[in-house]
Amino acid sequence: MTHSSATNLKESQIKQQAWKRYFTFNTDHKVIGIQYLVTTFIFFLIAGILSMILRGELITPPSDLVDRSLYNGLFTLHGTVMIFLWIIPSLVGLANYLIPLMIGAKDMAFPKLNAIAFWLIPIGGILLLSSFLLPSGSAQAGWWSYPPVSIQNPTGYPINGQTIWLLSIIVLGISSIMGGVNFLTTILRMRAPGMHFFRMPIFVWTVLSAQLLQLFCLPALTGAAIMLLFDLSFGTNFFNPTSGGDPVLYQHLFWFYSHPAVYVMVLPAFGVFSEVIPAFTRNPLFGYKSVAVASFGISLVSIFVWVHHMFASGTPSWMRILFMFSTMLVAIPTGVKVFAWTATVWRSKLHLDTPMLFALGGVVMFIIGGITGVMLGAVAFDLHVNNTYFVVGHFHYVVYNTITMALFAAIYFWFPKMTGRMYHEGWGKIHFWLTFIGANLTFFPMLPVGLQGMVRRISSYDPQYAGWNILASLGAFLLGMATLPFMANLVVSCLIGIQAPNNPWYATGLEWATTSPPPTENFETIPTVTLAPYSYGLPQYSTVDTTDEEAIKRHGN
Amino acid sequence: MMTPILEKIALFISVALMIVISYWLGQQSYNWMPVAATAEAKHVDDLFSFLVALGSFIFLGVVGMIVFSIITCRADENDYTEGHPSRGNNKLEFFWTATPTILVLWIGWQSFNIYQQLDIEGLNKIIDLKASESGNKSMLIAQKIPNQIEEIEVIAKQWDWTFRYPQSNITTSELHLPQNKRVRLILESEDVIHGFYVPEFRFKQDMIPNHRLNFTFTPLKEGKYKLHDSQFSGTYFALMEADVYIDSPEAYGQWLQSAHNNILKPSLAATEHAHQPRQLIRSDWPTIEPATPFVAQQ
Repeated sequence: MTHSSATNLKESQIKQQAWKRYFTFNTDHKVIGIQYLVTTFIFFLIAGILSMILRGELITPPSDLVDRSLYNGLFTLHGTVMIFLWIIPSLVGLANYLIPLMIGAKDMAFPKLNAIAFWLIPIGGILLLSSFLLPSGSAQAGWWSYPPVSIQNPTGYPINGQTIWLLSIIVLGISSIMGGVNFLTTILRMRAPGMHFFRMPIFVWTVLSAQLLQLFCLPALTGAAIMLLFDLSFGTNFFNPTSGGDPVLYQHLFWFYSHPAVYVMVLPAFGVFSEVIPAFTRNPLFGYKSVAVASFGISLVSIFVWVHHMFASGTPSWMRILFMFSTMLVAIPTGVKVFAWTATVWRSKLHLDTPMLFALGGVVMFIIGGITGVMLGAVAFDLHVNNTYFVVGHFHYVVYNTITMALFAAIYFWFPKMTGRMYHEGWGKIHFWLTFIGANLTFFPMLPVGLQGMVRRISSYDPQYAGWNILASLGAFLLGMATLPFMANLVVSCLIGIQAPNNPWYATGLEWATTSPPPTENFETIPTVTLAPYSYGLPQYSTVDTTDEEAIKRHGN
Repeated sequence: MMTPILEKIALFISVALMIVISYWLGQQSYNWMPVAATAEAKHVDDLFSFLVALGSFIFLGVVGMIVFSIITCRADENDYTEGHPSRGNNKLEFFWTATPTILVLWIGWQSFNIYQQLDIEGLNKIIDLKASESGNKSMLIAQKIPNQIEEIEVIAKQWDWTFRYPQSNITTSELHLPQNKRVRLILESEDVIHGFYVPEFRFKQDMIPNHRLNFTFTPLKEGKYKLHDSQFSGTYFALMEADVYIDSPEAYGQWLQSAHNNILKPSLAATEHAHQPRQLIRSDWPTIEPATPFVAQQ
């Protein structure tokens, strides 16, 4: 064996190990971050396919594609998988990868706990999806699982789809609580010297705020799920009205978590916007301190808004009015953020690379989500559109058109750091435009059709709603297709993309100060932070290094 | 670059244009709603129009600034120098914290007023209703305005609607309401949570088992409408519909006379359950059996 072939063998062994470590109980936060992102993306694709079947059913008014029970099972699992297996854990994955790098730590505070929290995700997910194979079918009560519908068990089997649903929600909830403890400890205790609170990047602020909410509110949902499981399986009467239980109590417990959950999801998305927009405008984030404090403000206020999901639930007027005002209050810190991004873009030096396109597209569509959100806070209007497609449209403008767009922005932005290779810019732009057009085509028609009174969760509908539904269905298929260039781009770039420099965007932030991809313990020596964040304009972030051939190749044409 | 004066004029013109477009959209928004069939519906439409106008102004302002920047602020490919060095501006930050605060208070105040005007009496009286079980306040209200309010019981079960007219001793499968007269619906559910929703009426109310909820409103516009269950109620949820009529006082009187001979129709869900339609993919997962209609004239 020649010397060079021995070296090749060694290199290929290292590569193989690198590939294999993603399938092991690895405790490196970067490996766990990628494990989260890839696993949850698979669930995103599955839930996306479910939604395309739903939209296939809704392209014509009658129920002619899938039977009614299956339709109910499909939307129940679409919602559950998207929320609990894509949006929330994918953001956790992103934070897992980035937080230790951003605060200059070697790893998360509890690496083993971190790995356990991750491995609960595929377990919970596979458990949930396996319920399609049960003779009773999957859960069919919607992702809210309101009793008494959710505790009806026409099959009589002791284990049915709903039991599996509840068990997986409990498993996923435990995973999230583990994550929350880990993030809070890491951010509060493991920051590099010099990184005081007002030197933390906004992404770190938003993860801190979101994880505080997780710890405070998630136990309510986990508790409600356990109580519902007891009602379903052991005949207790917490929520069962036939024996004195109160189904509205479940709604309170459910929304006490599930409304703040929207902020658990959207806050890190705001964090991504706050990282990407300064980098591609070459500006410091305008009003940094206000934006940081606004993250906390959103967290705090959002704990007191859950009843706006229950304006029609026999809620007395005083409660309706109180929660109407508290709901609208969220608009203030949120508005501060939107204005800060706009002011950062204003009179800047814009570079419209793919991450920036996704960030700006996300911000623009979030404004629609936000405005319709304030509308829904107004009790009298909500009583008309509540439980119609108007809410579905609003909600998807937030979770897809804002949060999923932010996730795409983040994946493109940090792809060079994670893989050490550049993605293909042209395919990234194609992905953006297909997604932007597809998303608006899918979710905008839901607003007018909801105003007209089309109720959500119906498998057949009045022909007067057909026009908008055809548009929404075509949009959904386009949105499904839009994922293909993304996947192709990432897989091909991962394997044969050009080598990425350490800081391809000339961005600030400690994660860009280490190699791409970072070494096992992130930094050769723990850095000391002396600068305010987003110090664009300093020479080290302003000049293209003319000795770096790769940079010239990338930026030169 | 534009001179400061030109810039100010341009800004002024764009703000004026935004106000005009937002106002116009606010007016257009009445057309996006279904027909307003109750006295309450008009108030809801006014509120929506106000929200659309204000929302459009904010959308146009922010998106306008972003799009303007995208068009005018593009950097050269290799230009990674600073855009503008400004990290903040206390006056501006105060202004844009104060602006949403004022807007939120304004929206809240408008919404509160319009909610008060709705006077969907029953919604305010839920607490009283509970108290009335031990006999008091709503009895007093009923005594004050005897026969002024038409009372109708609405009974929901998986997946059937039944309506009872206690004053006339009628039970039917379709809901008839007298035009221009206050109507009180008394909502009951026999199994799961259902929701009473007629889009043209502009409000909905959940029906919770073991709770008798009621609300009062005034039907205005004659015609035929559709009642839909608004709270997901299981397999045949989509089919849980009933016809609703607002009749002129004469027609309503005539209908009450003839309705005694009505036979309750089987629900759409029961019909479909007996004769499954053709569907491409079938799971045939077990389901709750649809309810059979009440025996007529209980």
